Amino acid sequence: MDFEAVIGLEVHAELATTAKIFCGCSTKYGAGPNTQTCPVCLGLPGTLPVLNEKVVEYCIRAGLALNCRIAGYSKLDRKNYFYPDLPKAYQISQYDLPLCRDGFLPLASGKTIRITRIHIEEDAGKLIHSAEEERYSLVDYNRTGVPLIEIVTAPDLATPEEAVEFLEKLRRILMYLGISDCKMEEGSLRCDANISLKPAGTPQLGTKTELKNINSFKALGRALAYEIERQSELLMEGKAVKQETRKWEEAKQRTLPLRSKEETQDYRYFPDPDLVPIELDPAYVAEIAASLPELPEAKKRRLIEEYHLPEYDADLITGSKHLADFFEAVLKHYFSPKAASNWIMGELLRLMGEAGLTPEDLTVNPAHLGDLLRRIDQGEISVSQGKNVFERVFRTGASPEEIIEAEGIRQISDEAWLRTVVAQVLKDNPQSVGDYLGGKTKAAQFLTGQVMRVTKGQANPQVIKVLLAQELAKVRKKTEETAGLARENKDL
Amino acid sequence: MIVSEEKVRQVAELARLAFSEAELRNLAGEFNRILQAFAKLNEVDTTGVPPTAHVLKVKNRFRADQVKPSLPRADVLKNASAVKDGSFVAPPVME
Repeated sequence: MDFEAVIGLEVHAELATTAKIFCGCSTKYGAGPNTQTCPVCLGLPGTLPVLNEKVVEYCIRAGLALNCRIAGYSKLDRKNYFYPDLPKAYQISQYDLPLCRDGFLPLASGKTIRITRIHIEEDAGKLIHSAEEERYSLVDYNRTGVPLIEIVTAPDLATPEEAVEFLEKLRRILMYLGISDCKMEEGSLRCDANISLKPAGTPQLGTKTELKNINSFKALGRALAYEIERQSELLMEGKAVKQETRKWEEAKQRTLPLRSKEETQDYRYFPDPDLVPIELDPAYVAEIAASLPELPEAKKRRLIEEYHLPEYDADLITGSKHLADFFEAVLKHYFSPKAASNWIMGELLRLMGEAGLTPEDLTVNPAHLGDLLRRIDQGEISVSQGKNVFERVFRTGASPEEIIEAEGIRQISDEAWLRTVVAQVLKDNPQSVGDYLGGKTKAAQFLTGQVMRVTKGQANPQVIKVLLAQELAKVRKKTEETAGLARENKDL
Repeated sequence: MIVSEEKVRQVAELARLAFSEAELRNLAGEFNRILQAFAKLNEVDTTGVPPTAHVLKVKNRFRADQVKPSLPRADVLKNASAVKDGSFVAPPVME
């Protein structure tokens, strides 16, 4: 029997506010344990939480970008459970009146994934489990009270690939909105997945499992693929899938059940009496809507239409708002879209990759790349010289002009002089010339290399190509004439 | 009987509270008397009345997104029963 997967995602994104959701503690990542806590986020008796206005704004931004309805009236609720990472023994979250509802996000295929809701809540602390034999956990409450949005999709995803595409698109949007840095490795973007199988073509839903501990896009795809395999094996054997929470084990590439409690967890939600309701003025929501940046999909379309970029280029460049902004800034200095795109996708991304930089860390002055492209187009320097110059621009921040002057880089296009160089190289390398005339066209590359060596890399490769072809043709003609003469002599 | 002793036991477990059988029986009785009193409210016709989430007339109380000094760590950990590496020590929790 064939099965179809039914997948829904719950995505948590830490919001990029400077202070926590209900107090003034810093949200900065990486501080020493328990150095960013106060009586409010520690849940000490007698303290009162006050909602950070930026959290509401950021959640509305996400909601608008994901085509949600924004609630006119919303409130915060307590979700009760005991766990050492939660000092109050409840998490402030939103239950029945989330800020955003009923949105959607289209995939590349045109299929639309519904977004059920987006709500705000506080993050919990971090537990560090000791080695088994020592039997304790260390608790760091710095993360307690860091604002989160939770984005819940309808079970509209049918394959691991769709789930990964959705999460990538979502991440791109959240980063464009500037509301989260979405670093999966630092836990500022987290994803749980619900998955069940059903016989292909039937509407009836199977029993689902919930997958946790998914720490990368790759892990999401693999955990879902593993779970599809595991559940279909069970079903084929006529066994039932157990409704449970399972943990993705990266090292072993498998999911394992988390120890399930006998009682089903009951969070006993109720409105938090410490926090007053949120009533949103439509004018305020409209103001936020007007302030939204151009979103990735729209930007991609525009790059294709306005600059005639191939879809591949546009997709890669709009992968990051920083990169797309950089691209357009380069064009302001020198308008050559395809060249700019090629240099960004090739040289720039390669150098950034080698330096371990993300687009957010990009410090290259776009004017410098624009200037470099102009110099190459004007024949002042060659493409390969340009690559060397750009590498130095990237590393030092100096301008192409400074580098070109300091290193005496120039391109020689003087045909008369280059022709003598080419003729000399041919004379010095009779073996390669013979190979070339014998049909080994690769020998031309060696000869070009020799010309470059003699000219210290400054010869214009385009001119060399033409001259080399002309000079080799001359040699060929001469050899043929000599051979013809020899034949005639023999015949005589 | 709205609340059984079993239900009380379950809620007590969720709240990490331990009760004797006698206490459970007592609590179940008390719960039921309280709930019966509240059940009277169900007789009121609330058609068209929106649910109340909060009894105060106050709404939209926000703070600016500004960092304020946190507590010194020594103070944060002062009342902890055990401390290690700047962290609270809790009984082992396995996920």
